[in-house]
Amino acid sequence: MADPTPPFVFPEPKRTRTRFRAPLSKYRLTIRAACDNCGICIETCPYRVYAPGSRHPRIQDEHFCLGPACQKNSFCCVTRCPKAAIKVWPNPSFPILGDRRWTAELLAGTWHMAETGEPPHTDLNYRTGASGGGFDKLRLVFPRRRGEVRPEEVSTAIQLNRTGDHRPRIMIPLPLYLGGMSFGSVSIVSMLSRVRAAKALNTFCSTGEGGYPDELKPYDDHIITQVATGLFGVREETIQRVRIVEFKYAQGAKPGLGGRLLGDKVTPPVARMREAVIGSALFSPFPFHSVYSVEDHKKHVDWIKEMNPRALVSVKVSTPSDVDMVAVGSFFAGAHVIQLDGSYGGTGAAPDIAKKNIAMPVEYAVPKVHKFLKAEGLRDRITLIASGGIRSAHDMAKIIALGADGVCLGTADLVALECIRCHHCESGRGCARGIATTDEELTHLMGLEWGTQRIVNMYVAWQKQLTGILSRLGMRSINDLVGRTDLLAHADYAPKPGSGEEWE
Amino acid sequence: MPPKYHIESAPVAGRFQPITRSGVLAWEEGCLKCAKCVKKECVYKVYEKRALDVRQMIDSVDSVCQDCFRCVQNCPGRLISKELNPAYKAIGNSYWSPEILSNIWFQAETGRIPVSGGGYGGPFSGFGFDAMWTDMSEIVRPTRDGIHGREYINTSVDIGRKEMFLEFDGGGNISSPVHPLVEVPLPVFFDLLPWSPPPKRIRLAILRAAERLGTLALIPDADWLPDYKPFLGQALLYLKRGPAALRRSMIAGLRFVEIPDSPKVLWQRAFLKKEKPDLVVAVRLDLSEKAGDRVLELTRAGIEVVHLRADENGMEKGPKGLFIKDRLKQIHLRLVEEGVRDQITLLAGGGVAMAEHMAKLIICGADAVAIDIPALAAMECRVCKRCAEGISCPVELEGIDSAWGASRIVNLIAGWHSQLLEVLGAMGMREVRRLRGEMGRAMFFEELEKEFAALGRKG
Repeated sequence: MADPTPPFVFPEPKRTRTRFRAPLSKYRLTIRAACDNCGICIETCPYRVYAPGSRHPRIQDEHFCLGPACQKNSFCCVTRCPKAAIKVWPNPSFPILGDRRWTAELLAGTWHMAETGEPPHTDLNYRTGASGGGFDKLRLVFPRRRGEVRPEEVSTAIQLNRTGDHRPRIMIPLPLYLGGMSFGSVSIVSMLSRVRAAKALNTFCSTGEGGYPDELKPYDDHIITQVATGLFGVREETIQRVRIVEFKYAQGAKPGLGGRLLGDKVTPPVARMREAVIGSALFSPFPFHSVYSVEDHKKHVDWIKEMNPRALVSVKVSTPSDVDMVAVGSFFAGAHVIQLDGSYGGTGAAPDIAKKNIAMPVEYAVPKVHKFLKAEGLRDRITLIASGGIRSAHDMAKIIALGADGVCLGTADLVALECIRCHHCESGRGCARGIATTDEELTHLMGLEWGTQRIVNMYVAWQKQLTGILSRLGMRSINDLVGRTDLLAHADYAPKPGSGEEWE
Repeated sequence: MPPKYHIESAPVAGRFQPITRSGVLAWEEGCLKCAKCVKKECVYKVYEKRALDVRQMIDSVDSVCQDCFRCVQNCPGRLISKELNPAYKAIGNSYWSPEILSNIWFQAETGRIPVSGGGYGGPFSGFGFDAMWTDMSEIVRPTRDGIHGREYINTSVDIGRKEMFLEFDGGGNISSPVHPLVEVPLPVFFDLLPWSPPPKRIRLAILRAAERLGTLALIPDADWLPDYKPFLGQALLYLKRGPAALRRSMIAGLRFVEIPDSPKVLWQRAFLKKEKPDLVVAVRLDLSEKAGDRVLELTRAGIEVVHLRADENGMEKGPKGLFIKDRLKQIHLRLVEEGVRDQITLLAGGGVAMAEHMAKLIICGADAVAIDIPALAAMECRVCKRCAEGISCPVELEGIDSAWGASRIVNLIAGWHSQLLEVLGAMGMREVRRLRGEMGRAMFFEELEKEFAALGRKG
């Protein structure tokens, strides 16, 4: 069915540099005293690493440097410098960054996208991490001969309401929306940056379970309000304001466990929003004590639908062994969207034992559910959203090929805001980089325009990559990729690429 | 309902500074002497609180730093960097990794469970216990909230032989045998130590911890000392020299003993039962391909408890040895098939290093687990194994104060107990006894990966 709305035009990226004095780069550059400020390096480097300086050139964008690999290029500053004054060396701080899932290279690659709106031109691996399984072992299989489809003919839009009911059909131009991060777990600046980015990209951002701050009112049409087990800040009025309401039954990072906001983060505004006591830790119970059956679940969904006749209902669940049954149950209860939140997803604070061990990774859950919904004849009537460990445009393409319609992101946004994955979101005053904190002083480390633009830039870069992937696969629509597991190869089980194909 | 089991824990400082993953390197040369130095802006006040531990030559900057990188990025002279600490990588070995040991040290010090922000950052899956995930309940099966005290989750287990039904005589009296049971409030025993510096104080610390926790600790008969006498009730005496060498006076105070597997075990057990009918006797058996046959044989012969052992890294002996969880699954399922599983108690140990290993081993068929190295690590052992070669211990374990050591071990087990409650709660279980052998409530890498591998291209 043709969509009557005109095609969405993605915003132009705007260069948005790091908030800190120096970027965290893979390579470091040093200009030695021998430099006579001749300026050749400034002219020769196509990536504008150098800017004019008074005594010697200023190294302004060290992270754009190609590193030692550049020496083969005719424009390499190290070889072109008449005084041999430039030294390029690996940054010793770089290997400390990140973890197995978000490696230093993936972080730096994402920062590059958030700064420029383009995938990096450097040797950073921005497609996979080093977790040794799942996404990091899957490769997309491309035919070596480019498809006939030009990038401008590709549509990355998806439909969120596929049930055929009378409720609005909502298209989003990229197969993604932004997941719940509550006010309290992240700062109001982080929260608003995400919401404003969602508006700019004509998609949605979930409030998480911390209430619906008044600051979000101008963005009502791009907000998903979350109803979670603690019912913090949930009112009839908040349900009626939005176009999508999300039930959070479970969260992948702490499946089967309640949420917790440590006392330090319950500042006066947070306490007011959640109608709680300042400084006292808040627990969100698990599960909904009003839901012990699929019938109870349906009652919940009906309740929301009654309260807001134009809203779509999304159900967010985690990934237990019977996740396929849960998905089917949710469909029959009346959900428009089912979100599977895999066990490696993000969180403000959760026990390590839960993050690592409870419930399965989303790469296993999505094909299971996709297959089961297909067998039940329901696959075309529900939108399947995957979350919990999606870090890049490539992860997004892979999970869609495994059977999802789209994805929901959280951690990637924080990385765009210069999160370095130190895993100390929960300690003391919260995030020292001012992202996941309610501390007044730390919150001011970041500006709203800056935060919004960084997130927009990153997704614009993802859009370019996703469009490129579809064009190379000869597909006109992202919907054509859903469930195409034949376009995936697992590096451990498949031999090397065939002659007519390339893997990425 | 039994009285609620709660482990009291309180922070207990270590004697040594922890070895951190990375360190701060700050050069003085080239310093611009800014009026507002980035070091003064540190959120964690790392530089203000700076102190040097002279004994170990460790700078507190490294242990207090939380890796926010603000000073690294903001110093105008770019004089500060964070670099990997080679000493961290050198801790332990590939199984008892620096991450696992740091996790044990944290819990032993704080009594708290490790909590962090920002999602999981580790490998997708891995060897042994890392190749399985535990289940959770969703929507239709209620979970249990054990941690915040709204529901009681029972972690106690009965160790001993169980009759499957009772028989009564004509007068209505029970004619079936009534077997002695040892009830422990959590499914953890302290096993023999694979190696240690002179163990007198170490064992005393473990016995004290066992007393506070309500569990038992294995002590070899040959090493029993008069100092341990107040803790006889916590001792699970390992009769390596055979039951005949055991003094009568001692046997009276014991509840539970263990004998090595041998052709004589039935005779030895009969001998012990004659001396003390309510003594529980376990047979210690090394895991191997043949262990399943032997456990079945022992079960049929009326043995109460079998203690299955893998090595300290969870492996069976021999080049084709399986990992403990995989062999245990086979043995458990075999006993289930033969219809005798509930008659016997299986203790299992070797390679249990984290709270999740305890839960996973129980899922794979153990009634309770036995731990060894974690008790040492709680007292700051770095698994360097220099003691095994007769070289002195870098953390002077032989000289510890046993009360300090006991508190560290209690803290660790308090953390493990809370984590067991988290796992049980997420699965909607109110009893650890229900967890045993519940393989349907776990997801195994091999099975999931097989389905996963079948999806993609075969080449």
